[in-house]
Amino acid sequence: MAVASIQVSETPLVLYTLRRADDALILGHRLSEWCGHAPMMEEDMALANMGLDLLGQARELYSYAAKVEGRGNDEDKFAYLRDVRQYRNLLLLEQPNGDFARTMVRQFVYAAFADLYWRAMMQSSDPTLAAIAAKSEKETAYHLRHSSEWMVRLGDGTEESHRRAQGAIDDLWAYTGEMFHLDDSERGLIDAGIAIGPAKLHAPWLKTISGVVNEATLALPKSDWMQQGGRDGRHSEHLGHLLSELQSMPRTFPGATW
Amino acid sequence: MYTQALNTSDGDDRHVEDAARSAQFQARIDADERIEPNDWMPAAYRKTLTRQISQHAHSEIVGMLPEGNWITRAPSLRRKAALLAKVQDECGHGLYLYAAAETLGTSREELVDLMLAGKSRYSSIFNYPTLTWADIGAVGWLVDGAAIMNQIPLCRCSYGPYARAMIRVCKEESFHQRQGFEIMVTLSKGSEEQKAMAQSALDRWWWPVLMMFGPPDKASQHSDTSTKWKIKRFSNDELRQKFVDATVPQAKFLGLTIPDPGMKKNADGNWEYSAIDWEEFNQVLAGNGPCNRDRLAARRKAHDDGAWVREAARAYAEKRENRKAMAKAAE
Repeated sequence: MAVASIQVSETPLVLYTLRRADDALILGHRLSEWCGHAPMMEEDMALANMGLDLLGQARELYSYAAKVEGRGNDEDKFAYLRDVRQYRNLLLLEQPNGDFARTMVRQFVYAAFADLYWRAMMQSSDPTLAAIAAKSEKETAYHLRHSSEWMVRLGDGTEESHRRAQGAIDDLWAYTGEMFHLDDSERGLIDAGIAIGPAKLHAPWLKTISGVVNEATLALPKSDWMQQGGRDGRHSEHLGHLLSELQSMPRTFPGATW
Repeated sequence: MYTQALNTSDGDDRHVEDAARSAQFQARIDADERIEPNDWMPAAYRKTLTRQISQHAHSEIVGMLPEGNWITRAPSLRRKAALLAKVQDECGHGLYLYAAAETLGTSREELVDLMLAGKSRYSSIFNYPTLTWADIGAVGWLVDGAAIMNQIPLCRCSYGPYARAMIRVCKEESFHQRQGFEIMVTLSKGSEEQKAMAQSALDRWWWPVLMMFGPPDKASQHSDTSTKWKIKRFSNDELRQKFVDATVPQAKFLGLTIPDPGMKKNADGNWEYSAIDWEEFNQVLAGNGPCNRDRLAARRKAHDDGAWVREAARAYAEKRENRKAMAKAAE
């Protein structure tokens, strides 16, 4: 890489905000990969639309993290000049698009969580995070509705679509636990009312996805082994490739304005 | 985005139609009335418009590919969001135009199949590659700029659904054009490397963009009918000249050189450009452009890979209808 990565002072609030910003950017980037290649034009539109929502969320969160950090970083430096070990997104969201079923399952399990998460975060004592939450919740409610409808169509559609949807659930299930994981850096923020404890979102999340999965004639896996690591920069092999593409321009042309 | 060279042969299978109705139809056109889907229209009018609108729709959809090529590599988050939104707009234009074409009696599926089979064209401009980020600027500035030149008159096209679609499409295109130009402005104020990137993009896109307006008037086969029907209001060469005259000062503003050393301003104030290499144009139309095969392959792959998804959606919709019917019968 031609340009060195930035240093980030990961105070608890900066880290907390970057984690959510990275979630939004990485999933938004994945969705944008579909553009022009979706199974139908309506889905080209919908996937781009959700990608844009997430990109917008990422930009607001990065800008806020930059402001809190106060070291001259900005949204683009956070996005383009951090290496794979500095990225803090959930492992789930960096998983490759795969087929349409895999993309929809990833979207569905995450949106079912994010919808609850942002709704709860509207009560954050941090006014910026509360404002971002209010906007994100509206967007995520649509992402959940859209992906839920596809879960049912795919699960209860044809034999092939059922098989693909079930396969995707089985493969991605181990990445869902990380959404509810809590580490020490976040405890203080929860005590201060800035962040919300994710554990209490688990039961309503499970209720939402069980309902849809049931209607879709699909089944949730029995396994409860869950992968961790994204929040601390221990990623799957996929993220490095995503970043090498995402970051190629600013890494190749140091300091240029585009 | 845009389609071109639409005034090519209609074939010789026109029906002999009721002379009185034809005359009445022409009288409506002459009176600048809009023709609507349920109105009587000559078969050739229907056929010409179906071809033109569907080719325009295909162009929007295939046009997503060269720009989509840079979505994942856009150099800033702001540029990434703008580009993704732009390509999404193109898809929306495609959907809108297929819907307009459907009002003439051919389904979107049939029209798309013709394109995938290589039997229906899309604009030749999308058979050129986007090699650098500057190409995204050049495509917006020049390709969308040329598209607007062509589409503004179509807002007054005699066929109502097409004319109304164009009004909306043109609004978005002019936004895209400004966005592209702004990318070029940024590059022209940047490093030497960025300026060179911008010049290279102009060098590569200039001539193909001039070809977008279609063959020269003297070689154009069916302009007469399209003009008579008020589908086409300006000739290919007229539109091309308007575009050149509008673009020369913009290139100058950017500090870029149009790759036509022989270009000069004539006594009427128009910029006279050198001879266009129509052999290149014909080769691209014949399938021999740099990206023809890649573009069709990408569209076919998306179509084929998505077949099981569309099938699942259909199967589920049927199941749901059946369940509803059964529930109703049980009442």
